Amino acid sequence: MKAAAFDYVRAADLDEVCRLLAEADDEERKIIAGGQTLVPLMAMRMARPDMLIDINDVPGLSEIEDRGDQIAIGGCTRQRAVERSDLISGRLPLLAKAVRNVGHIQTRNRGTVGGSIVHGDPSAEIPLAALALEATVVLRSASAETEIPLDGFFEAAMVTNIEPEQILTEIRIPVWQGHAIGTGFNETASRQGDFAIVAAAAQVELAGDGTIARAAVSAGGVAPSPVKLRGVEAALAGRQADDLDAAFEGLGDEIDPDTDVHATAAYRSRVAKKLVARAVADAVAEAKR
Amino acid sequence: MSEMEITLNVNGRDRTVSVPPRMTLVDCLRDMLRLTGTHVGCEHGICGACSVMFDGEPVRSCLMFAVQAEGHKITTVEGLADDDGKISDLQDSFWECHAMQCGYCTPGMLVASQALLAENPNPDDNEIREAISGNLCRCTGYQQIVEAVKMTAQRRREARS
Repeated sequence: MKAAAFDYVRAADLDEVCRLLAEADDEERKIIAGGQTLVPLMAMRMARPDMLIDINDVPGLSEIEDRGDQIAIGGCTRQRAVERSDLISGRLPLLAKAVRNVGHIQTRNRGTVGGSIVHGDPSAEIPLAALALEATVVLRSASAETEIPLDGFFEAAMVTNIEPEQILTEIRIPVWQGHAIGTGFNETASRQGDFAIVAAAAQVELAGDGTIARAAVSAGGVAPSPVKLRGVEAALAGRQADDLDAAFEGLGDEIDPDTDVHATAAYRSRVAKKLVARAVADAVAEAKR
Repeated sequence: MSEMEITLNVNGRDRTVSVPPRMTLVDCLRDMLRLTGTHVGCEHGICGACSVMFDGEPVRSCLMFAVQAEGHKITTVEGLADDDGKISDLQDSFWECHAMQCGYCTPGMLVASQALLAENPNPDDNEIREAISGNLCRCTGYQQIVEAVKMTAQRRREARS
């Protein structure tokens, strides 16, 4: 359980990071921020980068900023900082609920929001909440900066659409404006803080007549990547909030769970239906308050 | 891939060592600085035995490379006792409650509990359990550990009043 040898550079600024990534040639150069996913992968020799570029001292990557209709979170922002942020609990309560389920205090103190997203673990909580809310990520290289939707960013388990020369600098999460908004987040894991077997995130807005005006729903651990349940969202819209069962009937068609050492595909399907329904019910109950 | 010279502040003292970048912080603490109180268990971030304070916050020292700690403050379990070696009130409660058997998890449990009490002087059982949820006890002596943390909190309350 020792990582293979590598060169280490502590980058001073973003330009240096981008330059080092651009000059990699046939070397594998990886960014290290919190290291809570990368270091275990290196310890198990599933990752053997030639160089680690440490971005912990790079200024401007750890801010949480209110931009009115969206919150921008720097890629190197600690999960613990999100958990402790009044701005996040007030304006992005779904993310606040999700982050409390990420690992343990020791790992949240190091682990970052950007790291959780770029690694693309199929059961990770932060990507799940961000995907439900149609977040975008900002990717930067020496030559360009692009903003792309998170929906489509997750390619397969632990594979995301980020190029070797790019760094994720920011995630932008839309904030819903409205009064009757509620959120729900549910997961099942062996122990509190362990990787989720299945997780579900939901945010709803109620109309004055008690129907669902708008719903954002996603599930994790049910496919190689987190899934935005667009069919369920469409079925929820316009429905009376106290009569939702039929909205979940098509859920099975939107997920593609696998059997692994933690759970069978059939179990994941069953649990997903329960957890998604529960997350939506929690969101509705909260929206009514 | 040559060695790098780093200076880190460990338990209040600046220490300068030369390490290869691939050396984890826990290996540096144990093998270079001979601070063997911090235990190395799973080496991939599951067991919590290697927990130390990094700039005042508990982290897993097997999930950091020592070179990343350059210029930062580390507190290990050795740093919980005072300078003349008298154990802290938390350590004393662990002793009194028999909150250890084999001792494998103990340094991590102490560091996690110390961090909890610094942030929350009056934790309830659930908060204590959450704070130590990232630390595995192979002897399954969790109940006594929870009791020890509660005892410490209570004694600190009494001392204040």
